[in-house]
Amino acid sequence: MSQTQVRSGRSARDSSLAYADNVRPAARYPEVAEVIDRYRGHEGCLIQILHAAQGIYGCLPLDLQMFIAESLDLPLSEVAGVVSFYSFFSVNPRGQHTIRVCLGTACYVRGGKKIVDHLRESLGIDVGETTEDGKFTFEIARCIGACGLAPAVMIDDTVYKQVSAAKIDAILAKY
Amino acid sequence: MSTVKVKVNGMEVECSANDTVLEAARLAGVDIPTLCYMRDIAPIGACRMCVTEVSGARGLVAACAYPVEDGMEINTNSQKAYNARKRTLELILSQHRRDCLTCDRNMNCELQKLSKDYNIKEVRLGHPEDMVPQIEDSMIHLIRDNSKCVLCRRCVNICKETQSIGVIGPNDRGFATQISCAFDRNLDETACVSCGQCITVCPTGALTERDCTDKVWNALADKTKHVVVGTAPSVRVTLGECFGMPIGTNVQGKMVAALRRMGFDGVFDVDVTADLTIMEEGTEFLGRLNSGENLPLITSCSPGWVKFCEHYYPEFIPNLSSCKSPQQMFGAMMKTYYAEKMGLNPEDIFVVGIMPCTAKKYERYRDYQDAVPGIPDVDASITTRELARMIDTSGISFVDLPDEDFDPSFGISSGAGLIFGATGGVMEAALRTVADIVTGEDLDTLDYHEVRGTEGIKEAQYDLNGRQIRVAVASGLANARALLERVKSGEASYDMIEIMACPGGCINGGGQPIQPQSVRNFVDLRTLRAKAIYSADKSMKMRKSHESPVIKEIYDAYLGNPGSEKAHKLLHTKYQARSKYPGVAE
Repeated sequence: MSQTQVRSGRSARDSSLAYADNVRPAARYPEVAEVIDRYRGHEGCLIQILHAAQGIYGCLPLDLQMFIAESLDLPLSEVAGVVSFYSFFSVNPRGQHTIRVCLGTACYVRGGKKIVDHLRESLGIDVGETTEDGKFTFEIARCIGACGLAPAVMIDDTVYKQVSAAKIDAILAKY
Repeated sequence: MSTVKVKVNGMEVECSANDTVLEAARLAGVDIPTLCYMRDIAPIGACRMCVTEVSGARGLVAACAYPVEDGMEINTNSQKAYNARKRTLELILSQHRRDCLTCDRNMNCELQKLSKDYNIKEVRLGHPEDMVPQIEDSMIHLIRDNSKCVLCRRCVNICKETQSIGVIGPNDRGFATQISCAFDRNLDETACVSCGQCITVCPTGALTERDCTDKVWNALADKTKHVVVGTAPSVRVTLGECFGMPIGTNVQGKMVAALRRMGFDGVFDVDVTADLTIMEEGTEFLGRLNSGENLPLITSCSPGWVKFCEHYYPEFIPNLSSCKSPQQMFGAMMKTYYAEKMGLNPEDIFVVGIMPCTAKKYERYRDYQDAVPGIPDVDASITTRELARMIDTSGISFVDLPDEDFDPSFGISSGAGLIFGATGGVMEAALRTVADIVTGEDLDTLDYHEVRGTEGIKEAQYDLNGRQIRVAVASGLANARALLERVKSGEASYDMIEIMACPGGCINGGGQPIQPQSVRNFVDLRTLRAKAIYSADKSMKMRKSHESPVIKEIYDAYLGNPGSEKAHKLLHTKYQARSKYPGVAE
């Protein structure tokens, strides 16, 4: 096969593998610390805590995940694995509003894909990205349960029915 | 424990009521294929290779997790099960880069075997982009290639559960799922300890050791180099497995014969420097007992454990023995004492360690591992598996070789050096020598049974001339963690602790021959391999390190006394605290 993807490390000599110990960011996340204290010990508490932490900080960057992992005595890989599994968790700062174009079967056949293509053009960003002004994060949803309204678009918690490429610009203008 | 009767493919078997369908089938002599299941870890039922038809269930059940019931009829080979397994296998193969001929695990791959067993003639599905290698080789000891990963999660489970480390896990989901580090960082940006347990459980070639055999071949071909080799204690009781011999066969004589035929200028035994370790570490222990400082003394032979200590328990660094490991002591003695004795320039000596271990590959790059400043103690460290490949390359018919002895200058060792290969061995070897020194007698007590066996944590107390010595032994890093937590909390207190990174010690090291999970699930590898070590020790005349004539000569002619300034310069090392999250900038 063609190109091999190789990711090599630092130089082999051991000294370069040593780093100064990191300062724990506990002081930077007091509200999350409170949430952790509330949920600690409950089975499945990780998702609750991540949900609350994202609610407070808007996203779950590496140092926040490290803080949560340390506080719950979990490997960072487990926390990061859960965050990467659920599409509603985000490691990057999100826009002020989140646009979710439904691409469930019904919305797809009624033109959801065209809305996606249109938004890509008009917002100038790809799916999963945030506009430069920080206003919109653009995502795709897999069936939001509003098939009768297809094609549907959600902006934050509001559902818009029978959206078209033409209509979506007017909707966005309200935000 | 109550028993139940079940029928496996029409044959009645009696099994424990707690058994799973998989275990009951095994009792009937029937193997059900598995990929994700590991005996010592709670079944996750993820791979679906073991689906089986049983009476009373609505659909096919995962045999690894489904409990038996009295009167249950199990049909392991029904058409329905066969079709389901074959389809699952095809889907796995559709995302697996099938470069079998050039794969490290060619002829020893669980997926290859399943593919043959299930008569796969064609892989109908798949995308070309999945067939591109995805090599991550940031670590010294290991190479990951996710294009061969089948997402069975055995590596994830052994890393997290058995070793309590958890630097890898599943990320993303659906087709995008991959086993990787948090935030898709490289392994060298995590606190991976290089134990290599993940490699030994990987069913495919997704995880392999970094092959250093070419380096050894090149040295052997270089006429200006004097190439010496030293074999670790446990390698002689596992190497035979690579040549179809039963688990637990001691092939020391054939191994020596093979190495000699491959062209090494000196074929030596690292058991000798295991004896040397006992002299140094025993002296260090007695010194600390007298001063009461830095107790418990914790052994430092296992580089996986040492790295674990540096990352996760830096507060115990002062407790670590300052002794280099036997591999590094071997290299150090080769480049100093042996070089002088043979009239060789240390730069012309190429030292090869044959190790049960992948962390030894990393260890030789550690700082303070150069007895002759600027020249590494060890030039190449290869695993038991790599040695087997080299023997194959040489065209040597291993099983037909005669038994030969190590070269005498570094080939005579004690039973104490040999038992380093099993958990508890270093402790027992130390006790044999320390007890003699403290009492001033040649004691008959040679067997310290309390520290033997494959349990994760062992404790004992011995009376040394009226002084009570409390010892503990842990193998597997989750056990080490549990033990250290007890010491930290004050719940337990010891004078000496032996820790080995791998469960069962070196005989089950990350560089040992890979046995498929179908064997690991039903055969006690650790006990069989350890038995071969202890029976060899039992039959040896010399079973205490300080009785070895080689050791006496080394001290008389070169080092002076154990713990001397010269011994410290050549045979001891230093440690450093390391971050749990290396490379993460704040």
